[in-house]
Amino acid sequence: MSVKVENLSVAYRMRAGDVCPVEGVSFTVADGEIMGLAGESGCGKSTLGNSLVFMEGRMRHLGGRVVVDGQALPVADFRAMRRYRMTKVSLVPQYAMNALNPTRRIGRLTTDLLRSHDVRESDVLEEMKRRIRLIGLDEDVLNRYSFELSGGMRQRVTIILSTLLNPSLLIADEVTSALDVSTQRAVGEMLMEFRDRGFVKSVIAITHDLSVLAQITDSIMVMYAGRLAEKASAADIVNAPLHPYTQMLLASLPEVGVRYDKVTLTGIPGRPPSLVNPPRGCRFADRCPFARAKCAEAPPFEQVQPGRQVACWKVSEGWPEGGEHERSAA
Amino acid sequence: MSALQLDQVSRLFRASAGGDMTPALRKVSFGIDQGEVVTLIGESGSGKTTLGKIILRLIPASSGTVTFEGKDISAFKGPSLREYYRHVQGVFQDPFSSYNPIYKADRVFELVRGVYFPAMGQPAWEEKIESALAAVALNPGDVLGKYPHQLSGGQQQRLLIARALLLDVKLLVADEIISMLDASTRVDILNLLVSLKRSGLAILFITHDLSLGNYVSDRTVILRHGAIVEMGDTVKVFGNPRHPYTRNLLTAVPELHKKWQPTAADAVTRPADVAGAGHAPVPATALDPPRLTEYEENHLVAEDAA
Amino acid sequence: MSALKGSAPIGTLTTGGPAPPLEAAPRRHGDLLYYALHNKKLVFGLSLELVFVLAAIFGPVISPHNMTDFFGSNQAPSAQHWLGTDNLGHDLFAEVVSGLQVSYMVGAIGALCAAFVGMALGFTAGWRGGILDEILQLITNIVVMIPALVLLIVIGAYLKTRGVLFEGVFIGLTTWPWVARAVRAQTFTLKSREFVDLARLSGRRAYSIVVRDIAPNMASYLLLVVILLFGASMLLAANFDFLGLGPTTGTSLGTIMNQSTLWSALQLNYWWWFLPPGLLLTGMVAALLIANVGLDEVFNPKLREQ
Repeated sequence: MSVKVENLSVAYRMRAGDVCPVEGVSFTVADGEIMGLAGESGCGKSTLGNSLVFMEGRMRHLGGRVVVDGQALPVADFRAMRRYRMTKVSLVPQYAMNALNPTRRIGRLTTDLLRSHDVRESDVLEEMKRRIRLIGLDEDVLNRYSFELSGGMRQRVTIILSTLLNPSLLIADEVTSALDVSTQRAVGEMLMEFRDRGFVKSVIAITHDLSVLAQITDSIMVMYAGRLAEKASAADIVNAPLHPYTQMLLASLPEVGVRYDKVTLTGIPGRPPSLVNPPRGCRFADRCPFARAKCAEAPPFEQVQPGRQVACWKVSEGWPEGGEHERSAA
Repeated sequence: MSALQLDQVSRLFRASAGGDMTPALRKVSFGIDQGEVVTLIGESGSGKTTLGKIILRLIPASSGTVTFEGKDISAFKGPSLREYYRHVQGVFQDPFSSYNPIYKADRVFELVRGVYFPAMGQPAWEEKIESALAAVALNPGDVLGKYPHQLSGGQQQRLLIARALLLDVKLLVADEIISMLDASTRVDILNLLVSLKRSGLAILFITHDLSLGNYVSDRTVILRHGAIVEMGDTVKVFGNPRHPYTRNLLTAVPELHKKWQPTAADAVTRPADVAGAGHAPVPATALDPPRLTEYEENHLVAEDAA
Repeated sequence: MSALKGSAPIGTLTTGGPAPPLEAAPRRHGDLLYYALHNKKLVFGLSLELVFVLAAIFGPVISPHNMTDFFGSNQAPSAQHWLGTDNLGHDLFAEVVSGLQVSYMVGAIGALCAAFVGMALGFTAGWRGGILDEILQLITNIVVMIPALVLLIVIGAYLKTRGVLFEGVFIGLTTWPWVARAVRAQTFTLKSREFVDLARLSGRRAYSIVVRDIAPNMASYLLLVVILLFGASMLLAANFDFLGLGPTTGTSLGTIMNQSTLWSALQLNYWWWFLPPGLLLTGMVAALLIANVGLDEVFNPKLREQ
């Protein structure tokens, strides 16, 4: 197993109290696997991804372990993690493409980065150039400032920088959002290619866009309101989702070729619960058409079929499809 | 009956001091009828947002004319401009930024009241707000009296649409209005647009997302580097795309049940990989867009390789 | 200095990253007050300043002597004369507390004047842009370049009697460029926000948009600038007074120091004459600046240490 996360909980310190966007999350990612982490805004997926690499200011580690290549990572200790960042685990944060220092050329940014990780740039610079050429860009990019590049180019350069030291795990946070469709495809294919060539061992791709995940990932993990809802192979999630949230989410996505006069799509009524005082039981219960009294108790995230994990009473207890049942006051 | 008509609309801007004028829009012409949804599809740098702003009179066109119900909108000012805004409104991409964060969300209604309904009494006004909120499926208790950050993105957008409905709006310019919303709320806003269309509203739906455009629109205009490359009936354009750019866009769209198809490695697929921050360097002399020819009824294609 | 978040030195301003769950909640008044009361710099600065202000208000009341009475000259501080007397025999304590009042007044007049002119010109230039902006920038640059001291000397040659009001207004009219530039820059930024577009689409006029939508959004910034101006005015006034260019009527801290130099207090070791006004002035301005830094931290959470 390349990456193993056990019972991870991360909280944010806020004036109103501690908010816990990641609660008791456990999963594994195998060598060579690209796993998608899907969910809506505020569900905690970004926090989860970031906490594996970079616990910034207000984030606090409440419990749980992160093991990469058999080695436990000191995720709670910001300074201790420094050794592992970029070399074992690496992160492309959200909006990274806008965070490149505009006063330095890309080449200079690279050498700064390498020096801060005590790597001699002469060793790695050739490799950087090779990778730039690999994705179809010109080496000349190294002589440019970030604002001279298009959004897609910046995004791809950022990914190259993050994977330059061949980390075992790359966490890509919304790297395809805010990009045009054709650039999105180029970035998605780049992630796959880097995995194929062994520049990274495993990838966790965080996004709300299930269609992109369907293209590039081997498995997909769906998060809702701070907890895991479902995890399975990408094909299973897309073709036969088990968790009601996943099902309803997929049913609300318009595909090319679908028109309103033929098919009316429906969204999911209601809103996700606030994480300041989350409900005790299943957090999706108040929006779920299948909710019953049992849902007042939080369902465990467990394996229901080989390779499929779900946190839902309906699935694990085998309730029948269809219709409203007595709902719990969640 | 054509509500809005664009005729050879161009917009030039100076990219760098003392440099050449770059065209953001090149002689764009098309029309929108009442009760019709026209989708304007383009990637970044295509000029689609610029076109939206020109129609909303937020920026002027460099040349060409935009007529609304037969009248040239560039001639409007003061009272005639306010009258124009009674019929033409816009909703933008980032719902949160459309609100001034220091005021409550329903101030957007008050903004309109002062100018357009100065004499209306309080009870009549409240009734008007309630019916506008009902039309967008919002519960007044959920949204009135709240600050913008207390509302979800979906509620914020609906409120902005309700604001437009307070006026006698005939054309709504919707610029990427759902790209910042969560997947589960997007479809509800789309369905709302469809129901508004059915009651006679004309909508210009600007987006870069082809599947959204396909779901909701009657006609589609595909914009690239400021010029139209293909346009016509949505079913025809999406079902039988003739221009290589359209084809490549469609191939790049990620779908749930179909993997990306390998494409012929032609230059059109690659995004604009040149310095210029996303704008392909179109020389100023290329103001003239490629000519549009009629491929079949209600389906025009540009002949070119620009 | 470094490229990516993963290797950012601790404390570098980082962009992006996961949004905390209560997303984008702007600080409410309750929050602001909490942070304000807990910010050491703000509390210290304001308290110190309050001491000085109270001294200015109540000093003359509790002073046992008047400024104009004569006593023995050059007496060191004692029980009867808390700060001693100057060479003419005036009680220095009475002079100093009176001078405090004058210094504050000049500071206030200067700041208000500069703020008014600077804001008016800054908002106009920022909102209108174009030629008007260019002209106003030209004027601003000219005013900046004029050496205030030289101007004052020239004016002083013609105006034999100058009052406190004159000095305040003069300082205001020579320091407004700093305000104008800041306001102009902020206006440009805010003008491109979508809620301004929405206000335009609601038929609002420019003046209304600037006053109701733009200005309140820079209120915290403006407050900081005005406080800085206040301190700067007091300091400038003291400079002018010390050089003998101050008001010919009235006593300020600067004029007291001016007198003390003229009568060689430094050489004759009459420290009680020049030290108290100098220390007071330093204290007044420093307290204000410290409070300003603290206020900046309250308004801008990113500057706060956790």
